[in-house]
Amino acid sequence: MEELIRSLIGDSILVYVLMAALPLVFVLLYALVTLYMEMKVSAHIQDRLAYMYTGWHGVLQPVADILKLIQKEDTIPTAANKPLFIIAPYLVFIGTYAGFAAIPFSSMYVGSNINIGALYIIAVSSIVVVGILMAGWASNNKWSLFGAMRSAAQLVSYEIPSALAILVAVMITGSMNLQEINQFQDGGIQNWLAFGGPLPIAKKLLLMPFTLTTFFILFVASLAEVNRTPFDLPEAESELVQGFNTEYSGMKFAIFYVAEYANMFLVSGVAATLFLGGWTSPFGSFMSGPVWGVFWFVAKGMVFVFLQIWLRWTLPRLRVDQLMYASWKVMMPFLFVCILAVGLILSL
Amino acid sequence: MNAVRTYFKTIWLGVYTALVGMRLTFRHLFTPAVTVQYPDVKLKLPERARNRLYVNMDDCIGCFQCDMACPVDCIYIETAKALPTDDLGITSTGHKKRLWVPKFDIDIAKCCYCGLCVPVCPTECIVMTDVYEFSEFNRHHLIYNYATLTPAEIVDVKAKATAYEKEQATKKAEATAEAAKAKAAAASAPTSGTAPASAPPAPPSEKK
Amino acid sequence: MGPQHPSTHGVLRLEVVLDGEIVVEVIPHMGYLHRCFEKHSEHMTNYQQVIPYADRMDYLASMNNDWGYALAVERLLKIEVPPRVEYIRVIMAELQRIASHLIAIGTYGIDMGAFTPFLWCFRDRERILDLFEMTCGARLLYNYIWVGGLSHDIPPGFVDKAKAFCKYFLPNVKELNGLLTFNQIFIKRTANIGVLPADVAINYACSGPMLRGSGVNFDLRRDDPYGIYDKFQWEVQVGRGEMGAVGDCWDRYIVRVREMEQSIKIIEQALASIPEGDVQSAVPKRIRPETGEMYIRTESPRGELGFYVISDGSTSPYRVKARSPAFVNLSVMPEISRGCMIADLVAIIGSVDIVLGEVDR
Repeated sequence: MEELIRSLIGDSILVYVLMAALPLVFVLLYALVTLYMEMKVSAHIQDRLAYMYTGWHGVLQPVADILKLIQKEDTIPTAANKPLFIIAPYLVFIGTYAGFAAIPFSSMYVGSNINIGALYIIAVSSIVVVGILMAGWASNNKWSLFGAMRSAAQLVSYEIPSALAILVAVMITGSMNLQEINQFQDGGIQNWLAFGGPLPIAKKLLLMPFTLTTFFILFVASLAEVNRTPFDLPEAESELVQGFNTEYSGMKFAIFYVAEYANMFLVSGVAATLFLGGWTSPFGSFMSGPVWGVFWFVAKGMVFVFLQIWLRWTLPRLRVDQLMYASWKVMMPFLFVCILAVGLILSL
Repeated sequence: MNAVRTYFKTIWLGVYTALVGMRLTFRHLFTPAVTVQYPDVKLKLPERARNRLYVNMDDCIGCFQCDMACPVDCIYIETAKALPTDDLGITSTGHKKRLWVPKFDIDIAKCCYCGLCVPVCPTECIVMTDVYEFSEFNRHHLIYNYATLTPAEIVDVKAKATAYEKEQATKKAEATAEAAKAKAAAASAPTSGTAPASAPPAPPSEKK
Repeated sequence: MGPQHPSTHGVLRLEVVLDGEIVVEVIPHMGYLHRCFEKHSEHMTNYQQVIPYADRMDYLASMNNDWGYALAVERLLKIEVPPRVEYIRVIMAELQRIASHLIAIGTYGIDMGAFTPFLWCFRDRERILDLFEMTCGARLLYNYIWVGGLSHDIPPGFVDKAKAFCKYFLPNVKELNGLLTFNQIFIKRTANIGVLPADVAINYACSGPMLRGSGVNFDLRRDDPYGIYDKFQWEVQVGRGEMGAVGDCWDRYIVRVREMEQSIKIIEQALASIPEGDVQSAVPKRIRPETGEMYIRTESPRGELGFYVISDGSTSPYRVKARSPAFVNLSVMPEISRGCMIADLVAIIGSVDIVLGEVDR
């Protein structure tokens, strides 16, 4: 992709700007689609129709929502800490968007082909914690602060299971470069890491329960990373009105919103890349290629996003100490066992 | 050992019940929605629906029953007596109307839609319709004036009624004065024929 | 937690003293919805005019409120109502109980973060409200049960529609159980929270599902029957501590869910044998009881709803006092919420099932 753009406009800084802007276009379009999907999926689960007026069956509603948020008055409470208040949403978005740099959308396009892709994503998504804390503190509202502290605790403690799960994938492939992990899984559904990877069948069968468990735990931990039910206590309206979001309105709220959806796709994308083969086609060489790669990657990501939406409207919320219990006392021990087992089996 | 068992059991139950719930919600994705898309589709209300009040003034006999039955006092009625020579007609239920009703206001914003005014009306002229879309921008437009007399007629009717009342009152006063005079005359003059056994008490009137 | 809060079920203000995340003391402040029901009833010209006001006290269970008041005045007047009226009253009261419990369950789910059961409960409740609208014309505040009878007879087609509803509703309760009741996260949020021991419940005069959730087998419909409740067979549901201690939030919740099923049983039995008759024959033209007083207690969905009516021989009541179950049940809340966390506080309020209209009257 880089060469393509370079051949079009020559060698300048614009090449890198365009490469960086492509996922942004994708994220914005995807946010509109996901807004619509969430609205409709939640409505049909609840036996009701969602918007039907704006466009056919409400397809233009996300556009209307974004337009509304853009033209809203941007209030800043007088007692709020102005610089922090203004920067916070952008920090959250930056933390999420920076992760998009390392995810390969297809065999031809990856924002930045770094050797430590997996580590980079884990590291950079922690900026979100700082942004949320800033939002909670700067709002000068005790409920926001509560929500922000809980959110920070939750995000930090669920990074560890995510990182450990990613470690399992890295162990099997032997590289942290996401593009290489993807290429490792090329060749069809049986080569996906969730099913053991392209290894001899005996090792695969031994590995499969552990990789499936890891995959499952990664998915649940990523739910917590994104503050979605059943882990959405920071945003729970029952005690905290809107959590750290309470004082935000207008464009800043829109940015928080888009950042949340972008984060949803980021973690779905990471799970898809690491365990479900990313841009590789499940049929081996049929329907595979650079352009098909984008299709498969986005499709797998959207399947996970749909799963996240589905779970949100099914399960109640976990209380904050139960959240912590789930992370430290359930997920980590299981993951340690998985890592041990995978290491042992790989060395056989 | 028991603690370990509960630990694993909780995890298993958590995953299993979540999956059961997910299956239920997934099935609901394909059941038809129960939403009625108002205002494109308006459901037909049952015939006993209790919504906006309507008064058929042709049948109103001014009996004040609905005013008294209302728990929130949202009906304001004023009546004026009709002259014996006026013919106001008969209601559809056969009652003869004897009163003009120059004012019949219902403050529909105060009304609590309980329906207590409906069964007490002798001519069944006040009913609850099935109209529920009657919001206004101005609160004062929610006071419904049902009286059918024009303002000129109202003044006329009221004036006639008060005049008639006065006339009746003076006539009555004259009649009682006449009766008193007659009785005094009868008491002082010698009686012939049958005299009343006990004389009525003499009024403190003028003596001849 | 101020009067405007998404999960206090109305305008209730809770003053919460916290130690970090642990609740040390809870002081409920009420009165934000006080509408002088009792004072209004003294100024009505007529005993029947109090019924719309009684509707509006516990607006989610209007039929039960109407029945309680009408029963008190009927006992003062010493009149008997025809059997058809009794059967229809039972059917309406039990339908109303299901509707009220549906709201309690739905909103409890939302407090816990499960958004879907709320809409499913309301979809079922719409069917009940359609039945009510067919009968008396209103969907929420009915003014249906009058002193001495009913305002309208049931329309043709009601019995069939009600039977269809009973058949439609039972599978939905199973669905609700699958989605919410036995969901492990929900159990973890509500079991062993807000444990109300039986003796504390009795000392605080709790009633209804709060009392039965603590294991006390007491139901006014069976133990102090009014109407014709003694003719029906149903089981009183009692909390047995299946998921935690006896008397926790889950027990109260499951008592409500099971009570809905039992109400369907009662309705089916009643629908099968409604006698013929005239529902307005015993409604007195002029209600003028002798001087005296009467206290009647009925089982509303929230507990023991009592009406104490004093008559001074005129056509309007001298005093009407409503003993509201939600008010009394709320008083036990500081006791059971010591030592819990804020999220648990929300669970406890939801399980008490208060309706501020009744708490404040």
